[in-house]
Amino acid sequence: MEALPSLRKALVILLLSFVAILDVSSSSSPDVVILNAERRIDLTSPIVRAYLSLKVQNAGTSEASEVLLAFPPTQAKRVALLKASIVEGKRKKKTHTPLSVNAIELPDTSNGAKLFSVSLLNPLKAGETALVEVLYILTHSLEPFPTEISQSESQFVYFRDSAIILSPHHIKEQTTYLKTPNNKVESFTRVDPTNRVGAELRYGGYEDRAPYSFSPIIVHFENNNPFAVVEELIREIEISHWGSIQITEHYELVHAGARHKGVFSRVEYQSKPSISGISSFRHLIAKLPPRAHSVYYRDEIGNISTSHLRVDNQKSELEIEPRYPLFGGWKSTFTIGYKLPLEDFLFESADGRRYLNYSFGCPLFETTVNKLTVKVVLPEGSSEPSAFVPFPVEQHVETSYSYLDVVGRTVVALEKKNVVPEHNSFFQVYYNFSPILMLAEPLMLVSTFLLFFTTYIAYLHMDLSLSKS
Amino acid sequence: MAATSAMDSLSSAATSAVKSLKLRTKQQELLIRVSTLCLIYVLAFSIRLFSVLRYESMIHEFDPYFNYRTTVYLSENGFYEFWNWFDSESWYPLGRIIGGTLYPGLMVTAHLLHRAISAIRFAVHIREVCVLTAPFFASNTAVVAYLFGKEVWDTGAGLVAAALIAVCPGYISRSVAGSYDNEGVAIFALLLTFYLFVKAVNTGSLSWALASAFSYFYMVSAWGGYVFIINLVPLYVLVLLVTGRYSMRLYVAYNCMYVLGCLLAMQIRFVGFQHVQSGEHMAAMEVRNLNDGEVDSYVAQLNDLQAAVVWQGIMIVVWKPKLRDAVSVRSFYEWWRRRRSRLLIIGQNSKEVFYFLDYVKHLLNDPKLFNDFLRITVTCAVSVGALAIGVGTASGYISPWTGRFYSLLDPTYAKDHIPIIASVSEHQPTAWSSFMFDFHILLFLFPAGLYFCFKRLSDATIFIVMYGLTSMYFAGVMVRLILVAAPAMCLISAIAVSATLKNLTSLLRSKSKVQAVSSSKGTSSTKASMKASLDQSLPFQRNGAITLLLGAFYLLSRYAIHCTWVTSEAYSSPSIVLAARGAYGGRVIFDDYREAYFWLRQNTAPDAKIMSWWDYGYQITAMGNRTVIVDNNTWNNTHIATVGRAMASYEDEAYEIIQSLDVDYVLVVFGGVTGYSSDDINKFLWMVRIGGGVFPVIKEPDYLVNGEYRVDKGAAPKMLNCLMYKLSYYRFGELTTEYGQPPGYDRARGVEIGNKNVKLEHLEEAFTTSNWIVRIYKSSATF
Repeated sequence: MEALPSLRKALVILLLSFVAILDVSSSSSPDVVILNAERRIDLTSPIVRAYLSLKVQNAGTSEASEVLLAFPPTQAKRVALLKASIVEGKRKKKTHTPLSVNAIELPDTSNGAKLFSVSLLNPLKAGETALVEVLYILTHSLEPFPTEISQSESQFVYFRDSAIILSPHHIKEQTTYLKTPNNKVESFTRVDPTNRVGAELRYGGYEDRAPYSFSPIIVHFENNNPFAVVEELIREIEISHWGSIQITEHYELVHAGARHKGVFSRVEYQSKPSISGISSFRHLIAKLPPRAHSVYYRDEIGNISTSHLRVDNQKSELEIEPRYPLFGGWKSTFTIGYKLPLEDFLFESADGRRYLNYSFGCPLFETTVNKLTVKVVLPEGSSEPSAFVPFPVEQHVETSYSYLDVVGRTVVALEKKNVVPEHNSFFQVYYNFSPILMLAEPLMLVSTFLLFFTTYIAYLHMDLSLSKS
Repeated sequence: MAATSAMDSLSSAATSAVKSLKLRTKQQELLIRVSTLCLIYVLAFSIRLFSVLRYESMIHEFDPYFNYRTTVYLSENGFYEFWNWFDSESWYPLGRIIGGTLYPGLMVTAHLLHRAISAIRFAVHIREVCVLTAPFFASNTAVVAYLFGKEVWDTGAGLVAAALIAVCPGYISRSVAGSYDNEGVAIFALLLTFYLFVKAVNTGSLSWALASAFSYFYMVSAWGGYVFIINLVPLYVLVLLVTGRYSMRLYVAYNCMYVLGCLLAMQIRFVGFQHVQSGEHMAAMEVRNLNDGEVDSYVAQLNDLQAAVVWQGIMIVVWKPKLRDAVSVRSFYEWWRRRRSRLLIIGQNSKEVFYFLDYVKHLLNDPKLFNDFLRITVTCAVSVGALAIGVGTASGYISPWTGRFYSLLDPTYAKDHIPIIASVSEHQPTAWSSFMFDFHILLFLFPAGLYFCFKRLSDATIFIVMYGLTSMYFAGVMVRLILVAAPAMCLISAIAVSATLKNLTSLLRSKSKVQAVSSSKGTSSTKASMKASLDQSLPFQRNGAITLLLGAFYLLSRYAIHCTWVTSEAYSSPSIVLAARGAYGGRVIFDDYREAYFWLRQNTAPDAKIMSWWDYGYQITAMGNRTVIVDNNTWNNTHIATVGRAMASYEDEAYEIIQSLDVDYVLVVFGGVTGYSSDDINKFLWMVRIGGGVFPVIKEPDYLVNGEYRVDKGAAPKMLNCLMYKLSYYRFGELTTEYGQPPGYDRARGVEIGNKNVKLEHLEEAFTTSNWIVRIYKSSATF
């Protein structure tokens, strides 16, 4: 929370400076030189994570307030998350301060590269250096080849990138490391100097590369990690002021790896588990908040009996097993539901508003979500909802009806595409609610029954017969 | 002593508590009665929830899945869409007109319940409504049983009847939560119709008869078993006629109920005359018309009620779609013809005969002579009717219905001639053990109840006796009809229990009074004293009464225990999910069916066609959401026989059939790994018989060795190489199922299989569930 105002302040300053030097910025960027760049790309899981550390220097004469990052257009679409931070201090006293990153449009980039600008907290004066660390996460970047495999085969994937970091800045020294899951690398493009030691590939170091240098590489390697992708996830968070939060999550899961081809032989799958169906997966782990209870796991045709729940103080871990093992291209849909104690996630802010503080992303371990919709169902009678999410999302408000609702509940729907586990950060939904409304439904029930009984009593005391017999 | 005094003080406290409420005896009785009834209502509902607690809130078995699917369709698309629904997902490539070939009562009921619940904002899924429909209606049935018992005997009998039917296993077997089948609501409608009719007969009130007609309409819309009502009611009227109990009350009740009931029943499309209008049957219809016209006139010439009633009795055979559909599509039409002829004959003849009899009575002017006349006429009528049937059968006039007619009279008929009916286990003749299982003490109380009914004969008791006797007969013919007999058994047994308890308690209460009265009046009359002394002369009367009471309570409590046990052990399994005890006593769940169906649903093309034996058709369409070749509707015997033939042929021959039917996947159920015995290998002989019934290429002896059915090394060569065998045992020879047994040991049949090296040429394994219960093969044409 403390970071927010300072960040906002920084943003304002930055925006002002940005406006001020708008025409300068394009010309100022060549002044920033990257002295040393190191890139480590982790290819062990289906989600590709790249860590970039850049030592930047302002080689120009004027102040430089931003560093530009460039991505090839195909890659830019797959960037799920882009974070940058500035490192200050040395060794043990290192501090990481997050920096804001914005996509910018420049018409004259070569090869249609997409640019992102990292705004520095304090503009670099001429000759100053700074260490900027960048993390970016790519989804759907491992392309299975062969695209179809049989049950006994391993899954191999392609990863395409550039040996040289695409950058609008001049890079003096750079190295790229690629980490594959194991030693089985079928082939890789050589851009000398290139070196492979075990599961690590090294490209570089290259020196003095001009801006927008590009040298495509392709790595073909084995990756049998579960390529679990949730095509669509709808999370409904229903708040009841009577003491619980009900979470319902609808998943559409698919194995996005190489498609399964031909026979599925159960006898082989059972007798040779280490070889047969090695790229398939049987179960997934969902990390639920602590004190989760009343957990269920079902699909359209009923309960799925293969799940395990482990609860401890720190977290609840739900191991779910789809009805059948998922091979490449196979799909499964299911629903997970659980309840949480209200006091863990609902708070009252200083101005009397209530707010829900809950994590945004998908609770499944190492899973990409193509489209995530979080629906926060506020109690009936709440008003003025507003949501605060640490990254851009689409928002809209709906109405839903549940037990005994008359006017319906306000639903704040937040939509985001391409979600990775790193999006599991907290978001807040503020709303106004007066506790007296909690009594509306019980009172309604009571009055209905009262009415029923009084009518019955009245009926018993009335004589409705037409003729006296 | 202390204990008794404590008891006394307690009971006095209780009575004072009741007195402090200042209730009169009548009010007390009402309070007790109403609260008992409420408890019964809750009990009837809650005892049926075992399946939900043991498993989950899910739809059970086979037919309910169709009902569920149609209900979901109804709730999503509205009534008109539902009514005009042509389902192309079943009976590929023929399809099925759903709206015209089902009884919509159940679906509409569940849909309306769901709507009502949603209207008061209870966010309940339609599935929950469907699951709980049967228990809800069972509770309502208990209330109707109370009213019926009250109408027939007294409130005590009504209460006992309600209590008995609330837990009667014969009824529970088809109304547990999740058993979302027509019978669930139909038994309620059946009992309600009977109750309202008896009420109408007792009062002669047009409004009750009207209510009865509407209740009958509901029954018709819900279940094919309505034919039982429409036959029992005229039969009952006939009996009253014969016994000279015909009255204006009966006339009003019967005519109103019958005529209105028939008119209303024709509004149900499945029952109405849709097949008369459809063009493709016109040619056949003209021929039929002629034929039926002749038969009609033939019967009309015989012109007696007996013949007409026998004529109707035939209808009972046709009351289950399975039976009807088994023979031909034509039977729909025949069936309607018969309905119409019955309508005409009974509607007119009963009146005519009544007036005719009245006229004869007037002519003879002597009740004794009249009774003789009646007896002779009826005897003649019966014999002429029997003769007519004999002649008709011999000459081939009435041959179309003799098959089904005989299957009613001779339960083994279907076994020899209509294998598709015989292959369904619930169509088997009932074994004694299942009577015992489903009725327990009711079986002994039933004759006692009949005795009481005869002792106090009235219009109402005659009805209940007839209902009891006829339904008992049908229950003996077919296992599933035990359900229809259950309410009658409960009512008649309730009369026995109630009457006995009443007698015994009055004996206990009045003893001292009798003594006092007899001593004071001892000398006044010798006869009275004789009688009094006779009463007194029974030794240990009071003790005997107490013992008998205790015995009765013991029996009733055993009944309650038995019912609970049966419900929890036998009738609460959904049969989709199988549960077994593991090696360490833990519960093991085999959820293979849903695993396979869900796999089909998610991982096959949306228009894939699945071929399986018809048992699984409804489940595949409902849970797998895929097109099937045949399903549990069994309306087209040839289509089923084609599938049976494919399963029984060699693979290359079968593959031709598979290709001609556009089949993408073949699904078989196999229990060799788990020891699940109702799998396709055990059903295989029925496939052979049904296939062979249409295609003489398939001969049953080819699959048997010396009349014995085996799958081991000694099996017939055709058996070892037919498609079903291959699909079931593909690569099974590599699997060790049981410790200490060779690989390929079939646990369901306890033998090592004969052909361990199964090779498939045209099909390939697409999916096998974790316990091998369902195996799915892909046709190579879809590669």
